[in-house]
Amino acid sequence: MVDTKVELCGITLDNPVIPASGTFGYGYEFAELYDINCLGSFSFKGTTLEARFGNDTPRIAECPSGMLNAVGLQNPGVDDVIKEELPKLSRVFSKPVMANVSGFSADEYSEVIKRLENSSCSDMIGWYEVNVSCPNVHGGGMSFGTDPESAASVVRAARWVSDKPIIIKLSPNVSDITEIAKACETEGADGISLINTMLGMRIDLKSSKPLLANTTGGLSGPAVLPVALRMVYQVYETVDIPVVGMGGVSSAEDVIEMMMAGATAVEVGAANLVDPYASKKIVEKLPAVMEKYGIERLPDIIGAAHR
Amino acid sequence: MKQGIYKVIENKALTATTYRMRLSGDISGISAPGQFINIQLDGHFLRRPISICDAHLESSDAGTAQGVITIIYKVLGQGTEEMTRYPIGRELDVLVGLGNGYDLSEAGEAPLLIGGGVGIPPLYLTAKALLKAGIKPTVILGFNSEDEVYYTDEFTSLGCEVITATADGSVGIKGFVTDAFRASEGTYTHFYTCGPLPMLKAVYEEVYENSGIPGQMSFEERMGCGFGACMGCSIKVKNGYKRVCKDGPVFRTEEIVW
Repeated sequence: MVDTKVELCGITLDNPVIPASGTFGYGYEFAELYDINCLGSFSFKGTTLEARFGNDTPRIAECPSGMLNAVGLQNPGVDDVIKEELPKLSRVFSKPVMANVSGFSADEYSEVIKRLENSSCSDMIGWYEVNVSCPNVHGGGMSFGTDPESAASVVRAARWVSDKPIIIKLSPNVSDITEIAKACETEGADGISLINTMLGMRIDLKSSKPLLANTTGGLSGPAVLPVALRMVYQVYETVDIPVVGMGGVSSAEDVIEMMMAGATAVEVGAANLVDPYASKKIVEKLPAVMEKYGIERLPDIIGAAHR
Repeated sequence: MKQGIYKVIENKALTATTYRMRLSGDISGISAPGQFINIQLDGHFLRRPISICDAHLESSDAGTAQGVITIIYKVLGQGTEEMTRYPIGRELDVLVGLGNGYDLSEAGEAPLLIGGGVGIPPLYLTAKALLKAGIKPTVILGFNSEDEVYYTDEFTSLGCEVITATADGSVGIKGFVTDAFRASEGTYTHFYTCGPLPMLKAVYEEVYENSGIPGQMSFEERMGCGFGACMGCSIKVKNGYKRVCKDGPVFRTEEIVW
């Protein structure tokens, strides 16, 4: 009998499988398909202070072994999430959820977290996953996640308003991700999750125009798995706080590989969009794959590739 | 929605670029005409969403869900081009019964079905369901030219009155579906439509705004998942935004924003 439990920032997960933000909504619609309590947790749709419609369509383009998306953080805004979405989730999910938050200024991040903390839904939240890939409106529109000091400023803003674990979700579109991870750890982040999508584009041959209305979009899917593994490996070497790995994970084998690179828990993203049961299937297959590789306890293999 | 493995039992060309595929498997995921299926193709990351043209059970025995789904697809890119070569017996991973579909309770006694090109298929199951309820719809089908015409006979065989329009006048009325609507003499209670965006807009103006007939319009959008998770296909409606794949693809004329 293998043990799939892991501990992420002091909270025990039955297994390390966490559907990634933006691929699982606020959970309750997937609960119509299966009991989502089989998951370790899930990270809910990136939530901002105000409601956002997002970008024009087309927002999606297919790629070899993956997809581009330029949804543009469509979400109903934090107040509506508290009033409408999380109460629906509470009826179908009894585990701590990962609250994914976004902002366009450090103040906005702290305000979103503050409202969640002060709401009746606060108890549902286990961790904050803070997405620093958004453009900083006070910093010339450059993404918070591309500069160590900007990323650290978001950690500072978040740290101030919540005692819950703060996990910073990093962008891979940088020259040295370890520098940014280190800056976040120094500022008091409790964990690092990576990678967000990689910037890409496609062009329609018939019109000779970019396929996405937004011109560029984020690449996800199996195409990015090796990049994600490399970055998780590098960040694990650099920081002492737990790393949540994601990027192209589509199978229980990928989960194990990501953990060997250094991940304590593993998020599953684009795979959920191709197969709505993907995360459930990964959870179910994990014990057999562990047995196959002689793994009794998952914590034993975290960072195994470094040893 | 149901996920399952479906077997190809027919895959044949109706015109140079339009194919009909029949799939055998569980049809219990289908709850209304106007829904779609999402097919996983080998070597392609995203599924291909295609509207349901017809669905029926293999036997009338109680408790069986085994049936046949008919889809009609147009070759638009590499994925659909590869689909044309799928042989009989090929097994496909398919999500069945996606989207809301048409609400037939509002049809009234004289509904109008308006289809253009590759938007015609979902109206076939709609016509069948209306006829089963004792309502005889009038059907307007629009094509570019004679070589693209398909399924007019099938609608006629069901027992519908069918008006055909072609842009070049090679078959039926010369012009668009809206020209055919103007030429028809019926009085209609409601309309159901599916077709390319410019056609939908013209139908909205002519049938809803100018003639005051309310209706339901099926939209198309590039999708990621097809079941509401990714927000890839959101459109603006009067009261906010909706996902074409999950809240649609059918929207009421009253809520549409152009």
